[in-house]
Amino acid sequence: MLQESLNFVFPNDFHIMWSLMIVIYPYVTGIVAGAFIVSSLYHVFGRDELKPVGRLSMVASLAFLLIATTPLLLHLGHPERALNIVITPHFTSAMAAFGMIYTCYLTLLTLEIWLVYRKDIIMVAARSRGIKRVIFSVLSLGVYDISEESLRIDHRAIIVLASLGIPAACILHGYVGFMFGSVKANAWWSTPLMPIIFLFSAVTSGIAMIIILYQSLMRLSGQKIIGECVQSLSRWLWLFTIMTVTLEMLEIISLAYKKGEEWLVIGPLLGTKLAFPFIAVQVVFGSLIPIVLLAIVVLMKPFLTNPLRNTIAFVASLILLIQVFAMRWNVVIGGQIFSKSMRGFRDPYVPELFGREGALAAIAIFITPFVLLAIFNKFLPMYETSDEPSGGESA
Amino acid sequence: MPYMKGEPMNDNKEMKSDAALEVSRRDFLGTIAGALSAVALVIVADDAVYIASGAEPGAPLPAGGYDPDKHSYVYVIDITKCIGCGSCVRACKAENNVPDLFFRTWIERYMVSRSGEVSVDSPKGGYDGFDPSITGDEITKAFFVPKMCNHCSHSPCVQLCPVGASYRSPDGVVLVDEKRCIGCGYCVQACPYGSRFLNPETKVASKCTWCYHRITKGMRPACVEMCPRGVRKFGDAKALHDEVSEIIATKQVHVLKPELLTEPNLHYLGLSMEVR
Ligand code: SF4
Ligand code: SF4
Repeated sequence: MLQESLNFVFPNDFHIMWSLMIVIYPYVTGIVAGAFIVSSLYHVFGRDELKPVGRLSMVASLAFLLIATTPLLLHLGHPERALNIVITPHFTSAMAAFGMIYTCYLTLLTLEIWLVYRKDIIMVAARSRGIKRVIFSVLSLGVYDISEESLRIDHRAIIVLASLGIPAACILHGYVGFMFGSVKANAWWSTPLMPIIFLFSAVTSGIAMIIILYQSLMRLSGQKIIGECVQSLSRWLWLFTIMTVTLEMLEIISLAYKKGEEWLVIGPLLGTKLAFPFIAVQVVFGSLIPIVLLAIVVLMKPFLTNPLRNTIAFVASLILLIQVFAMRWNVVIGGQIFSKSMRGFRDPYVPELFGREGALAAIAIFITPFVLLAIFNKFLPMYETSDEPSGGESA
Repeated sequence: MPYMKGEPMNDNKEMKSDAALEVSRRDFLGTIAGALSAVALVIVADDAVYIASGAEPGAPLPAGGYDPDKHSYVYVIDITKCIGCGSCVRACKAENNVPDLFFRTWIERYMVSRSGEVSVDSPKGGYDGFDPSITGDEITKAFFVPKMCNHCSHSPCVQLCPVGASYRSPDGVVLVDEKRCIGCGYCVQACPYGSRFLNPETKVASKCTWCYHRITKGMRPACVEMCPRGVRKFGDAKALHDEVSEIIATKQVHVLKPELLTEPNLHYLGLSMEVR
């Protein structure tokens, strides 16, 4: 048996090249896909208890989608050539599909949101004056028909778009997982499970984000948080968390059990460099605690008050957002820590504070969708203000 | 020629081993150190001559001359002959303007002890050759392995490049179109051999081109030219009586990480199982 002292990296392998931005990118697209799945649960699968977040989840998906390309652009050595991906795509590359998938999904989502808000847009245009009136008239695209008949057509179109959106969201994020899973040079990435793990954890992060956004939005606008809605979201979140964690653990267990060449380096990696971000943050803090918290929300419903359940769900969601971030970090950064020599680890990666790919830039990117949501909400509320059904939204 | 300012780039811990252990390795590497210093003299003189006569990167191709379809390049490295002098690394750095800290070719030193312990190092990619290394163990075999881009026939780097900036020329050489590369680094992740890097100055992917600017003019790659032991052999499978294709066809050659089915066009003679 060959013994290894883990101290040799290939000379070109001394630094970690894919930075915090490449961690943020799958994190953000995951939220995009996950939030969309929530909106589809309502629009397509008729989970009426999710009506209060039907609009919010759609708009949130769009808000995160709008900034999804920023981390990539910040990372590229030549961002000015970024459009080459669309102009001269090389179709054997997973990354080349990005332009198309992104554009399709963006179009679909925008169209769906427009249809959902069409009636509101027309009403705002009718109510307001001056510049606001002009803007909203333009947004209505000159269609002012809000008869029963036309709203019914809208409704049908929404269901079709939302149904198309499900595979689109899954592809959008599954492809991100595939981008890593298809790198056969990297033992930590190269597993067919990768896209699936990414998808499940995406849905987890999306639902968690919606639970947080919904409760915050309701508090900020002085509305009542509907317990049934949070309860239902928590149940879905619980299910998806369990599935995500199971998949994540299965991957490690099968690597450890098979003890292939890659385990020579992945084993020590998990025990040393990734002990904190993986074992402590992702597994113990990020997975076990929320699973228990959500179990309490789901299983002990009769014994807990609404506000208490809402709060526990909120906390569990926050932790899960950290878990999913840790998972992205451990995949992207963790996968680069060991050299392809399989005989050593690279220099540790600590994101810089300032700079194009630094922590501040990452925080700014992450805050932007919330700002966008706040602006959107100012003009077109993301919650139902009255009982009147709007935009053919009821499923 | 001073290589670079700053710190050693490859933090290989065995280079810093205890003074107490500094005995048993000496015998083996004494021979090499001797050979090395002898060769070094020749090289220093040689380097100047070579660089003066070499083709400049980016020099125009002979008018109407080069047809990539008429060639299919192959490369063989004979590990049993390599003395780790680093001439090839220096030649490559000079010929191709390789940025500090990165390598288009490098040399790894393997030392395997009786107990099966493998230790590998490549200080500065072998640019300055190797100092005698000291381990506490009885070393039963030791050898140098020059590495570089394998110009894989099924290269993951080409497959994964999103814009087609990495491509395989009809003559079998894997190249990067620096004007098209967006600097995403996907190919760097994709190469199983650590052959690629993002050039910190140009911000595009870079790697060994088998000195494309030279071979298209009928010259040999700089590393081949400069190797004092004939370790590196460059050939053309489409040429008549090609020595290198003959070696590949008739000798027991091996490629790196064959299980990945990248089909390298760089073959090794005398490769040992410890090498990855
Ligand atoms: S060795 Fe690496 S860079 Fe060279 S062709 Fe193969 S995969 Fe590409
Ligand atoms: S860094 Fe350049 S050559 Fe490499 S995959 Fe990206 S675009 Fe292609």
